[in-house]
Amino acid sequence: MKKLILTTLLALGLTACSEPQSNARAVYLLLDTSGTYTAEMDKAQKIINYLLATLDSGDSIAIARIDSGSFSEKDIIARVTFDDRPSTANQQKRAFKDQIDEFVTGTKRGSRHTDITGGMLQASEYLDETGAGEKYVLIFSDLEEDLKKGHIRDFPISLPDIHVVALNVTKLRSDNIDPRDYMERLGLWEKRVYQAGGTWDVINDLERMDRLIAQR
Amino acid sequence: MFNEILTVWSSQPGISATIWLVILVFVAYLARNPAHALIRSTGKAIYVACRLFATSLRHLETSLQRRNKEVVLALGQEACERAIEREFHRVNAVVTRDLSAYPALHRQISDTIDKIEEDYQAATDAPPLPPAWLQAVDSIASIPRTGDATVCTILDDIGKTMEGAHQETQKAYRKSTLERHKLLGAMQPQWRNLGQSLTRVKDTIDGLEERSIEIDRQMKSYESIRNGEDTVTRTLSSSSLTQFFISTLVLVIAVFGGLINFQLIAMPMSEMVGGTSYIGPMRTSDIAALVIIMVEIAMGLFLMESLRITHLFPIIGSMDDTMRKRMVMITFSILAILATVEASLAYMRDLLALDREALTQSLAGTGVVAQAEFRWIPSLGQMIMGFILPFALAFVAIPLESFIHSLRTVLGIMALSLIHAIAFTARLIGGSARQISVMLVSLYDLLIMLPLGIERLVASSIKRKQKPDTGKQLSSVNMEEQS
Repeated sequence: MKKLILTTLLALGLTACSEPQSNARAVYLLLDTSGTYTAEMDKAQKIINYLLATLDSGDSIAIARIDSGSFSEKDIIARVTFDDRPSTANQQKRAFKDQIDEFVTGTKRGSRHTDITGGMLQASEYLDETGAGEKYVLIFSDLEEDLKKGHIRDFPISLPDIHVVALNVTKLRSDNIDPRDYMERLGLWEKRVYQAGGTWDVINDLERMDRLIAQR
Repeated sequence: MFNEILTVWSSQPGISATIWLVILVFVAYLARNPAHALIRSTGKAIYVACRLFATSLRHLETSLQRRNKEVVLALGQEACERAIEREFHRVNAVVTRDLSAYPALHRQISDTIDKIEEDYQAATDAPPLPPAWLQAVDSIASIPRTGDATVCTILDDIGKTMEGAHQETQKAYRKSTLERHKLLGAMQPQWRNLGQSLTRVKDTIDGLEERSIEIDRQMKSYESIRNGEDTVTRTLSSSSLTQFFISTLVLVIAVFGGLINFQLIAMPMSEMVGGTSYIGPMRTSDIAALVIIMVEIAMGLFLMESLRITHLFPIIGSMDDTMRKRMVMITFSILAILATVEASLAYMRDLLALDREALTQSLAGTGVVAQAEFRWIPSLGQMIMGFILPFALAFVAIPLESFIHSLRTVLGIMALSLIHAIAFTARLIGGSARQISVMLVSLYDLLIMLPLGIERLVASSIKRKQKPDTGKQLSSVNMEEQS
């Protein structure tokens, strides 16, 4: 009997000492601002609004743009971790929305190059820092990487336990001529993400966002 | 593997299988007696083991039955004692309230009777007596007037005097009659008063009589319980089952009430304790809300105990009255404070929901939310619910006590049924095993019927051969005897 009590107490002690599993979620949304994608900003705004309505207290969100060199904090447009109290979290969401609205109205000219890998590295760094239990990288892009001369990105990246979701992957003119290009592009990114330790998904129909992050 | 074994004797499976069958039958024939013994002993062993198991279960069933009866009788006895105690309390209340004033009432009745007697004496009808000389005067006055006028005048005067005296007597009589009537009139309220007093006494006595009849009835059932009569046990068991189902139903309702209460306060709790921390898989705010509800139920339990409505904690029931009253005050105050907290949390929930709705609508791009006209009605409703539900939950103590008490009986009955079913199954298995062993012996013989048949033929031919020899021997013996 004594042994049983001791074992129970020990197990309880160990459970109490172990680091608790975080239930928070962290989302990093990469917005492609190159070329014609600037015209798709209203869709991006809708996605952000959905995320703001879905995320709760303790969750984190960051919005960053993909430009010629995306591996930089300067590319983060807005980021926030919502407060413990729901009322304060609501105020933060309002402020965040205002920030995004300001950015969307201010974006007129797209960047010349598209550094998706740099953006993903930045996202991985940010998500790790949040310490969230569920981590998402959402890429709002056509996934066509166009690097500036001299930028090196052809090395294995690390995205452990991160769900990478490509949103609204538009078909390029060349894709219409040979759809295999589109498939290959998606396949390449999928392979890269799985090799990095993450999971991959594509959602082109933005009405199905609830498949990605459900409201608690 | 199987095919290899099958074709070990011949390449044709049919021939090989037949050879295997012959070998098998032969081996089975050779092993007939030990195989029979093995099957029979196995069957018997299972039968004996099952019978032993069933017997031990029957013993357990008997002891459990006894325990159930004891539990039921103890519960019934307790309930009966409580009922008798309550009846005695009522009798005590009647005696204290009504009969304690009986000496005063008796004195009042005696005084009233004395007064009535005095008044009666005073009101005795005594007709006024005419003066003694009045008859003589009347005789003189009635002498016929035949002669002298003077005499006639005198006689008339005497007659007038007579008349006057008569009038005065009448007047005096009327006056005294009036006084008597007045006295009798004054007696009327006293009679009524006396009547009312006696009715009060009668009511009290009637009440006491009813209570005594009820006490007699309870005492009879108490005696039956003490004697452990089977009828009483059955009645009490059935009553326990009814109590169990009713209390379960009420507890289920209370659980739903608790869930609604939880929904009311869980969300605003995250505003107080934060919405991001978790204890295990549950949010701390949810646990905090549950704790509040549990504390309310606990306070309700203590309140009911202090009021002596339930008897779950003997230590509270046996407290002295002053302490108990203090406990009533404290638990009620805590309950009231928690109810107020819940009402405010419910209001905060409404505000948060409104804010969240406004944010969602602004994110959806539908513009500013219009203020609803009667928005205050659900807010007020939530506040009232938040205030009332804790008090409603406090009454859970009553069905909980019934549930706990009746659960003992129900669990006993269920255990009894289970043991009975297991014992029956064990007996069934034992009997079946014995029958199956007999069947298997016959089946075994059926398999080896060919060698058995040959054995029988051989045995009978040997017997036939032996019989003529024996006959010959017998006839030679007879011949020798004759010679």
